[in-house]
Amino acid sequence: MSTLTKQTLSHLDWLEAEAIHILREVAGQCANPVLLFSGGKDSICLLRLAEKAFRPGRFPFPLMHIDTGHNYKEVTDFRDKRAAELGERLIVRSVEDSMARGTVVLKHAGESRNKHQSVTLLEAIEEFGFDACIGGARRDEEKARAKERIMSFRDEFGQWDPKNQRPELWNLYNARSHKGENIRAFPISNWTELDVWQYIQREQLELPSIYFAHTRPVVRKAGLLQPVTELTPAKDGDVVEDVLVRFRTVGDITCTAPVESDADTVEKILAETATTTITERGATRMDDQTSEASMEQRKKEGYF
Amino acid sequence: MSALEHIPEIDNGLLRFLTCGSVDDGKSTLIGRLLFDTKTILADTLNAIEKTSAKRGMSAVDLSLLTDGLQAEREQGITIDVAYRYFSTGRRKYIIADAPGHEQYTRNMVTAASTANLAIILIDARKGVLTQTRRHSYLASLVGIPHLLVAVNKMDLVDYDQAVFERIKADYLAFAARLGIKDVRFIPISALEGDMIVDRGERLGWYDGPTLLDILENAPAAHTEQAEDFRFPVQFVCRPQDSANPELHDYRGFMGRVESGEIAVGDAVTVLPSGATSRVKRIELGGEHLPRAIHEQSVTLLLEDEIDISRGDLIVKAAEAPEPVKQIDATVCWLSETPLSPARTYLVRHTTREVKAKLARIDYRLDVNTLEQEATTGLAMNDIARISLKLAQPIVADRYQDNRATGAFIIIDESTNNTVGAGMIG
Repeated sequence: MSTLTKQTLSHLDWLEAEAIHILREVAGQCANPVLLFSGGKDSICLLRLAEKAFRPGRFPFPLMHIDTGHNYKEVTDFRDKRAAELGERLIVRSVEDSMARGTVVLKHAGESRNKHQSVTLLEAIEEFGFDACIGGARRDEEKARAKERIMSFRDEFGQWDPKNQRPELWNLYNARSHKGENIRAFPISNWTELDVWQYIQREQLELPSIYFAHTRPVVRKAGLLQPVTELTPAKDGDVVEDVLVRFRTVGDITCTAPVESDADTVEKILAETATTTITERGATRMDDQTSEASMEQRKKEGYF
Repeated sequence: MSALEHIPEIDNGLLRFLTCGSVDDGKSTLIGRLLFDTKTILADTLNAIEKTSAKRGMSAVDLSLLTDGLQAEREQGITIDVAYRYFSTGRRKYIIADAPGHEQYTRNMVTAASTANLAIILIDARKGVLTQTRRHSYLASLVGIPHLLVAVNKMDLVDYDQAVFERIKADYLAFAARLGIKDVRFIPISALEGDMIVDRGERLGWYDGPTLLDILENAPAAHTEQAEDFRFPVQFVCRPQDSANPELHDYRGFMGRVESGEIAVGDAVTVLPSGATSRVKRIELGGEHLPRAIHEQSVTLLLEDEIDISRGDLIVKAAEAPEPVKQIDATVCWLSETPLSPARTYLVRHTTREVKAKLARIDYRLDVNTLEQEATTGLAMNDIARISLKLAQPIVADRYQDNRATGAFIIIDESTNNTVGAGMIG
């Protein structure tokens, strides 16, 4: 007996529909959500998904960036431009303000500020009384994230308790929280790096220029390319080379490394992503290599 | 496999499946093998597990290490929670829900099963059908997974003997008949050696069926092949109120996801529970106007008439409207360490609606190993039971077996906001 196969969505359409559904659940269930927008590719996808979810209305949440003060200018410029184009409110809170308040204390001046974003984020959540933060984290990024919920509960200290997560069944999300607690919502949990690039291509999304191949002075260290910048100058004995590179993730300058690449279009990046032999974080994040559990540790402390 | 083959060109959609079994059955090895043979694992990940394998004194790379997630799990050598894994073959994208096998994790298995359309049930060829095989199969059928794939693993340890496979198949079919499982297939594999997973290998020549990956590639992506009634729970109402744009003055968009069935412009619809009727004027997705929308699509509906609709309402086709109910009979799985209290009021979340609920009665608890019914007055974590709930306001529901989206609900404890129970109406 043959039956007509029911029409189903393509994988990108399915992922898009799921993400829109999640965004609308956050808007429907939470009183005061915020969308974390860094100017990076994952949160750029989130903004397009929010447009699809809520236009012609305004977004039912502002955008917020926790700025370490160590971001590439191309990225922060892009962040401001994109928020202005959308006509949505952008809040920027800075790790440097937390340092001035004394709530962030660096071990030494050169220490990466990446993990200290947690402190500034929690301060901003308290300042504005946010009950949900929408983020662009994906489960394929890292082992600890593979086990995180789409609506992930954080206690009043912003902590994630991996052993005591709310069960999440069907698409019945539970984004409830008491005052002081909050929910981290991850609409693109089920996307991979390749899905993100395919979506960027399909939707023709604009990206900060440093995602594409460009020549940059770098030093080769511990298997990574460390960019030479004012913040991360070459040390004595370092061999500085001009290399054609692109960034696979854009984070804090002190802990994000580019990869060698001549991919200067989304199509070329897609082809590279499909054949790459190193994971996104493995190739680019100096902070994740410290220990197998370092992301999990940061998440427990309130990181995204 | 060349580069571009990895980019899905022939898009066969997305399949979510569940793997059930314990580490002893080789479940982690199977997942590792699928990821490895589809070239999903990248060099740095492989390096990390090679190091760990060597550190633990193993001669070959232990693919099961790929699914080790949390620190606590690594320390204790057990899986605590459901993990989600991803791979893509060039034809289809896959989401694996990897659920722990131990008895105390019934709740995790139910959680993982709730979003899956296919379940792989692993059996150790040396051990045959075990209590846990029956439990996993029962839970998979309870949650309504339409396709089961029984993978008889570790064939390498029984000399790839066809008789062993056939005996296990016969044993399984004998009890599957009692569960009412319809679509079940069998495959002999060796996850460790890679036989019949992605490649056929050379040692299972007597098996002429498709490989495990072929079965996944061709399994229906839709939850059901049957036509379903249109169900559209309203998530959010869009009223732009943009003074600069008078065209938007009367805009009222009802935002949600088509949970089942489909809808086209011009269709007559009923809004529940109010019963108000209208027709679909427009279907929008991100500024585009669509002639129709199919199941699982997130869209915005605009109606011909101005009717009062808010989050929690359900839009259905006029001829397919179910009745609102104030009491529901359901099979529930209790998920919380805090037992069900018959005296307390809970919150039930059903589609996009939340209502207060109290226990009316517990019919029985089910022993998931023997399927025997037991009398009980309370429910503890991992219990599966038939209960009845009284609701403070009516909900518009279908039987779970008829409609997964409108037949499912979760129970929330308002004091902690925890999700404490999962229910299936019918």
